[in-house]
Amino acid sequence: MSKEIIRLKDCTVAFDDEVILDNINLYFNDKEFLTLLGPSGCGKTTTLRIIGGFLKPTSGDVLFNGVRVNDVPPHKRKVNTIFQKYALFPHLDVFENVAFGLRIAKLNESEIRSRVMEMLEIVSLKGFHNRKVTSLSGGQQQRVAIARALVNRPKVLLLDEPLGALDLRLRKDMQIELKRIQQAMDITFIYVTHDQEEALAMSDTIVVMDKGRIQQIGTPEQVYNEPKNAFVADFIGESNILDGIMHEDYVVEIFGRKFKCLDSGFAPRESVDVVIRPEDIEIVEPHKGRLSGTVTSVTFKGVHYDIIVDFKGFKWLIQTTRLHNVGDEIGINIGPEQIHIMKKSEYSGMFGDYSSYSAEYEEITSEDWEDETEGEEDEA
Amino acid sequence: MRRRYIAAIPHVVWMAVFVVVPLILVVFYAFTSATGGLTLENFRNMGSYMSVFARSLWLAFLATIICLLIGYPLSYVLSKEGPGMQRIFIMLIMLPMWINFLLRTYAWMSILENTGLINRLLTSLGIFDLINRIFNTNITYIPMINTQGAVVLGMVYNYLPFMVLPIYSVIVKIDSSLIEAAQDLGAGSMTVFKRIIFPLSLPGVLSGITMVFVPAVSTFIISKLLGGGTSILLGDLIEMQFLGNAYNPHLGSAISLIMMIIIMICMFVMNRFGEGEEQAVIM
Repeated sequence: MSKEIIRLKDCTVAFDDEVILDNINLYFNDKEFLTLLGPSGCGKTTTLRIIGGFLKPTSGDVLFNGVRVNDVPPHKRKVNTIFQKYALFPHLDVFENVAFGLRIAKLNESEIRSRVMEMLEIVSLKGFHNRKVTSLSGGQQQRVAIARALVNRPKVLLLDEPLGALDLRLRKDMQIELKRIQQAMDITFIYVTHDQEEALAMSDTIVVMDKGRIQQIGTPEQVYNEPKNAFVADFIGESNILDGIMHEDYVVEIFGRKFKCLDSGFAPRESVDVVIRPEDIEIVEPHKGRLSGTVTSVTFKGVHYDIIVDFKGFKWLIQTTRLHNVGDEIGINIGPEQIHIMKKSEYSGMFGDYSSYSAEYEEITSEDWEDETEGEEDEA
Repeated sequence: MRRRYIAAIPHVVWMAVFVVVPLILVVFYAFTSATGGLTLENFRNMGSYMSVFARSLWLAFLATIICLLIGYPLSYVLSKEGPGMQRIFIMLIMLPMWINFLLRTYAWMSILENTGLINRLLTSLGIFDLINRIFNTNITYIPMINTQGAVVLGMVYNYLPFMVLPIYSVIVKIDSSLIEAAQDLGAGSMTVFKRIIFPLSLPGVLSGITMVFVPAVSTFIISKLLGGGTSILLGDLIEMQFLGNAYNPHLGSAISLIMMIIIMICMFVMNRFGEGEEQAVIM
């Protein structure tokens, strides 16, 4: 690990005054699986295209091993890309697709043959070399794209939402497959996705991006457990984000009640965002809880139920394995380690309120619930 | 289910009356004599028209090659331009097609004539005087009209859009991510063209060739107006059998039939070549 191989220095990309990337500073370590995670339009693909050489930053430098490569065209960079829609050459068969880079490198026929065949075996496509690429399934095309890139033995592989077009089952399999290949080949993967589960499952490092800026860099555990702001907390997993006031170190006030927490270093009476994950909330009898509220919606999710609970007009999402009914009065307790405190940011107040947690619930729940929320919105 | 076929009836009737029936008539006429009996007489003299067949095919071939040589680079460059530029250029390429075919060809006559636009321009520039003085000759014009060159020029001019449009529309649809993928794998712009763009544009090239070659083989107006009867083509020959003083629809039908068969063979070979190309690369 640890050895830095690519660095983006103060990279900004703007098209006609529209800023796509805003002063990105980022480095990539050797043999690391790094994921650029964010919603569409956050600049993650743009970042990847800068590294691939398909786009020049408006300002800032791209460094490979400390050497500036801004003006090096894509075909001279020692990175390979797996494109979103695979971009397989439709007029070539599987073998020739994979051999494409090797033929350009003018390797001799026998070496091309052995390397292509070896690579097809690695991606579990042995015996497919004579097939038309158009006759393959999505997952198989995906593997051809991986083989075509990896056969060139790049130091860095760029992957632009490579699993986006696959169905859920296949996507899960390919996640494991990709991680295995990355470890087997012992190279750097720079992976772009908007799927937080994918990012959490595969990455060594996650870079969360939004609006052309980096929001947080960290391990999957760090970005999940200690999100830096409301955007990260909301984008990665589900979060209830509440307004709170830090009274002193380790004491935060929510809804006029004081809770113990593990965070410190805030100014006295500083207002903060408080994150409570829906799976971290303990449900108890109404009179035994620190807070009590009414269940307004219940959705069965397989492993657990998603229930929406109304606390004085603020709706929380709680995940529980036990069935509660709409209208039930419940109490909750929250342990200190379940509370995460974040500084206020531009994203404060934009996320984490399940009052508008609507579309999918509307279909499932009764009209009563809808009536109630309408009332709520009027108040707000 | 039946309903669906109703919509096809007008087309089927149209095709039957104006394509199938005439075709049957052509075959019928080709194998009968003026007296009505079955005969192969009409085909017996075909050998004497060999030179017309050869000339027609050769000139159409030349015109097709020239169209391809002009049309392909034009389409390629065009596909790289911005959308606004592309629209303007496509307009310019289509524009002549809005003018009547005959009118366009007459216009070429007045340009190419011995006392036409080009020769008058050269005269007024004093080019001929200059040449005559240097080489001690006495020329007053360059003969352009009534040559095979003029016929080929007319074909190229009239059929070039039919080469450009199919090639352009295929190239412009090539997914840009394929080009990026090729670059990513180390291909410079020449290699990208050779390995990706050209092979993927072949279907357009094939349909362009077809759309130029077929009308060029059978044209008669162009050779009549620009060739001035010096180089009779198949189209002229056939026309003469139906409308000219050589009136003999049976012979005309026979020639038409042979021409149709030759064109069909050409197309078949080309499509095979096209398929083979595709398959050789794909399989």
